[in-house]
Amino acid sequence: MSLVKFRDVEKTFWKDPANSYSAVRGLTLDIEEGEFFCLLGPTGCGKTTVLNLLAGFELPTRGTIELDGRAIVGPGPDRAVVFQGDDSLYDWLTARENVEFGPRMRGKPGKERAELADYYLQLVGLRGQGHKHPHELSGGMKQRTQIARVLANEPKMLLMDEPFGALDAQTRRVMQRELVKIWNTTRKSVLFITHDIDEAIILGTKIGVMRAGPGSDVKAVIRIEGDLGHNRNHPRFAEYYDQVNSLIEDEVNRTLARETQA
Amino acid sequence: MKLNVYATYVASTVAMLVVWHLLATYVFPSALFSAPLEVLKSLVELVRNGTLVEHIAISLQRILIGFLLGSLLGIPIGLLMGNSAFIRHFLEPYIEFFRFIPPIALITVAVIWFGIGETSKVFLIIYTTIFIVILNTAAGVMRIPANKIRAARCLGASSRQIFFSVAIPATVPYILTGMRIAMGNSFATIVSAEMLGANAGIGTMIWTARMFMQVNEVFVGLLVLGLLGFVTDRLFRLLIFRFAGKYVGASI
Repeated sequence: MSLVKFRDVEKTFWKDPANSYSAVRGLTLDIEEGEFFCLLGPTGCGKTTVLNLLAGFELPTRGTIELDGRAIVGPGPDRAVVFQGDDSLYDWLTARENVEFGPRMRGKPGKERAELADYYLQLVGLRGQGHKHPHELSGGMKQRTQIARVLANEPKMLLMDEPFGALDAQTRRVMQRELVKIWNTTRKSVLFITHDIDEAIILGTKIGVMRAGPGSDVKAVIRIEGDLGHNRNHPRFAEYYDQVNSLIEDEVNRTLARETQA
Repeated sequence: MKLNVYATYVASTVAMLVVWHLLATYVFPSALFSAPLEVLKSLVELVRNGTLVEHIAISLQRILIGFLLGSLLGIPIGLLMGNSAFIRHFLEPYIEFFRFIPPIALITVAVIWFGIGETSKVFLIIYTTIFIVILNTAAGVMRIPANKIRAARCLGASSRQIFFSVAIPATVPYILTGMRIAMGNSFATIVSAEMLGANAGIGTMIWTARMFMQVNEVFVGLLVLGLLGFVTDRLFRLLIFRFAGKYVGASI
């Protein structure tokens, strides 16, 4: 049985009673336990809406979303979100206190919290940096803190919304490599939103390509077979790239055409 | 760099004193415009006989009590307003109305109600403080990035925990900014209040000196007000950095 099930999901936003916009429509999607699912699509196709629905930040207008057989009714500690920007970190807490935030809210004793923080700070490569406040950390280190913070809360799955989108190219590469390492250690199920084909192939075990919005859904799902070693020079990397690219090209063109009309 | 800045401050102060001296001695030589040396003489005299310290102490005490009470009342009200649309809409008419009635306009009422003693002064300072603190606190709560709240929900925090562990700390910089502005305004209020109805305080000192044509003493009062305002503001900043530095980061 799938861990996550979207069934015929529609999400419509109303500006006023006569003016609505459907971000996604007829969306059906399955994410298996232990999978690293990359959701790929052109700008404005509703990728983030899908994540917000699964996170419980938004509720669907139609259709059902289930996690582990239970309908999503709101945010919960079983689904941890890593946000793109750094504004979700708590500036008044140190990196370590940020990591301990979830366990603290859930009433874990201090000793256990400290152990969790130690373990996950180390896992994300922030050993010895825990005493720093967010404003003393680089962009990459802030995202590491966010990842450690959600892992320390031991969720069932991670939802990542273009977490490296705001980083420079060099740091992004490093973070992708680190994330692969972390994922290999934890094997958490992940929904990873990106518009970067390269990133999706490097990270994902499956890639869902979304149609251009409005009323977007998943056009195709590609399984990344075997192990590319998360290596861009792997011969099959280019094959996957072409395959994904041909799927997404039309959608990008449609998005562009719509934007130039408007 | 730092030394250079301080040197510039000193140079600027000296220049001001020199210009003031020249103006008072050669351009407008008059008993109504004191020269810096005469003001200094008067200052020394007022310090020596103890009156100045007494006036300062009384004014500062009024400001401090009113300011603290006003903040203590204003912060929770602001937090509630920022958190609940109902409370915000309910209280907004009052706040939008009263914040346009300057404290000076209320002096008469305050004196009628509470007499010329401490109560009326403290009341006026509370009045001066509370609206600025409320408005800043409420604005701070409403400007908390949505992702901070969302992240807390995903990490398993309850609404109550979010209020205490996310909303309040995230609002601290706004609260402190409001308090700083309120502190500055409190000086304006206390001086006016003491001029119009009090037995002591800097405002009273200036007003009494005026009646006896002690222009030097009036100038001492003005000088003291400028210095006191500056010193308390710096002290406030220092205390913030010392005790709330982690909340404000590099933002003040």
